[in-house]
Amino acid sequence: MAQENRIPDPIAAGLASGWQVVDAATLTGARTIEADVAIIGSGAGGGVTAEILALAGLKVLIVEEGALKSSRDFKMREADAYPALYQESAARKTRDKAINILQGRTVGGSTTVNWTSSFRTPPATLAFWQREFGLRDYTQEALAPWFAMMERRLHIADWPTPPNTNNDLLRQGADKLGIPTAAIRRNVNGCWNLGYCGMGCPTNAKQSMLVTTIPSALKHGATLLTHARAERLVWQGDRAESLLCTALGPDGIVPTGQHVVVRARHFVVAGGAINSPALLLRSRAPDPHSLLGRRTFLHPTVISAGRFAQKVEGFAGAPQTVYSDHFLETQAIDGPVGFKLEVPPLHPVLFSTTMAGFGEVHAETMRQFPHIHATLALLRDGFHEDSRGGRVHLRGDGSAELDYTMSPVLWDGARRALLAMAEIQFAAGALTVTPVHEQARAYASWAEAREAIAALPMKPMQTRVASAHVMGGCAMSGDERSGVVDGAGRYRGLANVSVHDGSLFPTSIGANPQLSIYGITARLASGLAQQLTGRPAPRLEA
Amino acid sequence: MISSRRSFLKIGLAGAAMLAAGGLIYRQFQPAPQRFVLDDSGRSMLAAVIPAMLGSALPQAAAERTASIAQAVEQVRLAILGLPLAAQKEVQDLFNLLSLAPARRLLAGIPPWEEASAAQVADFLQGWRMHRLTLLQGAYHALHDLIAGSWYAQPAHWQAIGYPGPMKELS
Ligand SMILES: Cc1cc2nc3c(=O)[nH]c(=O)nc-3n(C[C@H](O)[C@H](O)[C@H](O)COP(=O)(O)OP(=O)(O)OC[C@H]3O[C@@H](n4cnc5c(N)ncnc54)[C@H](O)[C@@H]3O)c2cc1C
Repeated sequence: MAQENRIPDPIAAGLASGWQVVDAATLTGARTIEADVAIIGSGAGGGVTAEILALAGLKVLIVEEGALKSSRDFKMREADAYPALYQESAARKTRDKAINILQGRTVGGSTTVNWTSSFRTPPATLAFWQREFGLRDYTQEALAPWFAMMERRLHIADWPTPPNTNNDLLRQGADKLGIPTAAIRRNVNGCWNLGYCGMGCPTNAKQSMLVTTIPSALKHGATLLTHARAERLVWQGDRAESLLCTALGPDGIVPTGQHVVVRARHFVVAGGAINSPALLLRSRAPDPHSLLGRRTFLHPTVISAGRFAQKVEGFAGAPQTVYSDHFLETQAIDGPVGFKLEVPPLHPVLFSTTMAGFGEVHAETMRQFPHIHATLALLRDGFHEDSRGGRVHLRGDGSAELDYTMSPVLWDGARRALLAMAEIQFAAGALTVTPVHEQARAYASWAEAREAIAALPMKPMQTRVASAHVMGGCAMSGDERSGVVDGAGRYRGLANVSVHDGSLFPTSIGANPQLSIYGITARLASGLAQQLTGRPAPRLEA
Repeated sequence: MISSRRSFLKIGLAGAAMLAAGGLIYRQFQPAPQRFVLDDSGRSMLAAVIPAMLGSALPQAAAERTASIAQAVEQVRLAILGLPLAAQKEVQDLFNLLSLAPARRLLAGIPPWEEASAAQVADFLQGWRMHRLTLLQGAYHALHDLIAGSWYAQPAHWQAIGYPGPMKELS
């Protein structure tokens, strides 16, 4: 097709050049694979770790339960993208079904489908970790070189293109109210400004792990095993001796009945928050203080939809380019819960499933689609003492489920966030504003909305809550009583297991997490490389 | 020769490890649930719920409407088959529940689905949406998301909502 002629496909080229990629769906017999280091998961943490360890000369194996897809598979259609590229078909939910969770499940993990917003870990978050979790060397100064290295590696830079209308309305409304906004940095290179980041980048512009660290690791001799679900680690004393994996069929759902045994000197768990703690729970990893799977955070997200006279077309153009931290910075980090304001991209499936109501009300909302501006608030969970996150459980079949209840302090934040967003949307000229809540309607003025939102019951399943930022579950801490992992990413009580992904964070980040994961895992992986090879780790280049 | 003997040994060891591993996996996990199956009663339920959920997004003309509903039923079935097995099982339980006459009458207040009026189905949806049992609220959300999501995933339904779809050259 035309596309294949114009857009080079780095994955197809890599495979042709002899990358070692094994699709477990095709295996017809037992298989054992040996490596120096086995990395479970190929997302933000797994990708960075794979590149650093492979460049250090170690024999790396990456185990990924999703499939290897590439630009020519990315057709910008939700119908294909969600089942193929997301955990649980993008329908992952908390145990009580009240929060919808978006996470990637494909080579590149969530970075293959994320929206490219790039923020360093906020200094206030690091200060909290130092103070409350004894993570003494998690200072801004110590981490700065790692963030800088990953910013170069992943082309994280200011985005010079004007924001789309959806983003610009957040800026305009906030401006009118004297609320400061700023531009979001993005990890793209040659971006076409299409607006379909959530379905996999068809032009390879997004600098996800799929087109950066993983190809580099493969070029340096790493092996990639896809459609392989890491089931459990097998211990010998305090060492993980092997990893048992189940082969999934090409649909990624039904096991084929084949298994793969992975032997390695060291294992890096990087399956993302929820799945990493689940793997360690299935493996019965030591957990003397009952911390494993706890303190899982979501940046619970509430949404407000404004209808405008003009077209907004939130589906076109870079998805997130304007933000406001006003409601984070104007209050104490451990006081009333603060929130970050951004706008989400709008596509028919995401929009139709998010907007409340059914029948005529829903049909009418859908007809207004091009005129809808949506804004969202990410609640900074994990800092207030009544925001302790959720807990990962195992279902009967061994799969992971997150039990997360919104505490009253979070509901209070949700209400304030819905109020703030409605006020901003009216200030930007919205004709009506609809907080996404089962009992809300479209309100025609700020006064009406203010009164209604003040009275809306903040309850699970009534207020729509979503999350694309899952963090925690294998919290790191300087103190063994508050974290199963130490500040170097090493799992306590095990000699050769590390955790390198978003599940490390002892609180939420209070900003979109990808760059926090890139920078922090780059440092941890470099330490690990040095330890395993006895040589300083290589620095990543752009 | 030496290397082939080595790899033979390796396979031997791997085989032994596999047997041990297989046993462990087998003992630790219950057998995986089956894939979702949409039977006739599930189809009747969806054929009644889909119009109530989608409202005037469905065409009005009788023949077109019937065909649209049949297609939507099929799309919902396919969407369910994309879920993990544990979720497919939950949806199956919900569909079974809504097919069972006593549960349907008690929990949903609905006569046989084929005979239910639009107003009755809308009342059922609203009842579950606002129900004090979060289990039923969750079931309402599942129906909402499966039906709305699979309908608006179809390019045929994009024009009606002013969505141009992705750039033709790349999609
Ligand atoms: C739609 C969306 C938009 C987002 N937008 C942004 C954004 O704009 N900016 C930002 O900073 N962040 C964003 N995020 C979040 C960010 O992408 C994630 O926080 C980050 O990628 C998490 O990295 P991770 O390494 O913890 O896990 P992931 O990147 O999720 O990778 C985990 C990988 O491990 C695999 N895996 C899990 N369990 C197993 C197992 N048992 N066996 C084998 N493989 C396994 C998974 O399939 C997955 O591929 C977004 C996320 C989503 C889903």
